[in-house]
Amino acid sequence: MHLAYPTVVAALLFSIGVYGVLARRNAILVLMSVELMLNAVNLNLVAFDMWFRDRLHGGQVLTLFTIVIAAAEIGLGLAIVLLVYRNRQMIDVDRLRTLAEDGARPAEAEALDEAAPADEPGEPGLPGEPGEAGAARREEATP
Amino acid sequence: MSGQEVVFALLGVVAVGSGIMVVTTRQLVHAALWLVVTFGALAGGYLVLTAEFVAWVQVLIYVGAIVVLLLFGIMLTRAPIGGSADLDSGNRWVAAGVAAATAAVLVTVMAMGFWDERMPLRAGGGSADALGAAVFRTWVLPFEVLSVLLLASLVGAIVLSRSDIRPKSRPAEKRPAGTPADGER
Repeated sequence: MHLAYPTVVAALLFSIGVYGVLARRNAILVLMSVELMLNAVNLNLVAFDMWFRDRLHGGQVLTLFTIVIAAAEIGLGLAIVLLVYRNRQMIDVDRLRTLAEDGARPAEAEALDEAAPADEPGEPGLPGEPGEAGAARREEATP
Repeated sequence: MSGQEVVFALLGVVAVGSGIMVVTTRQLVHAALWLVVTFGALAGGYLVLTAEFVAWVQVLIYVGAIVVLLLFGIMLTRAPIGGSADLDSGNRWVAAGVAAATAAVLVTVMAMGFWDERMPLRAGGGSADALGAAVFRTWVLPFEVLSVLLLASLVGAIVLSRSDIRPKSRPAEKRPAGTPADGER
């Protein structure tokens, strides 16, 4: 059997997983895409184990270990996702911006802005609002 | 093409196609079910590669445990049952470009590097007998470390998901995160 078959399938699966991680918004779908990437790696490990005819079966044993680590990862990941859902009532990864660097603002503050756009000081750079004061107020707004 | 290659190519087409369905479908539950198809096809591929034990572990752990866990997660986050339009974020075209570039690079490298290589498939190389001997003879220390890791992640998941465990020093002051202080506006 050609070695090209499993390696090409694994490469395609890995890039599908990359697309899913980057394009999906729901955190559970992102976890599913991570699983796809891990499976691509597993397929490569098994294929190269067979190619080398490893007497210690290193590739297959490492595949088993990867499966166990994937199980641990999905358990912890789902626990974190459920905790985020309990706190925020949504799990959209591109709206969870509380830990973002400066310049980005949490989604809740943006929602408040949309509710009352008049009395919130503008972004730094707007006339009449010095940038540092705006930044300081933003830092206050995110405890 | 030998028979093994035909079977593996068919299984690979199924795996890749259902993988594409996982990342493009508009229904969350369907994504989890397409994931079952992908994992099943990959388990078949492991069987063709004579890695029997890995194939059955794949069926047991991935199809049996991980997909069920993901379905529980979908249910507990109260996902909509029908289709929902906003499952993809705004940067999906950038993501498609990155994924296409990744696929091109990886497939090119693999095809150039291993086009002429053939692997000898011989039955018995991946049986539970051989793998058990390898795990408990050569790889026993990583195995034990992995069991400790599994225990730690189990404890961590329980601590994260129980809501009645709180640090004692912090009083129950809570405004919701992100709310401005009272005097501000």
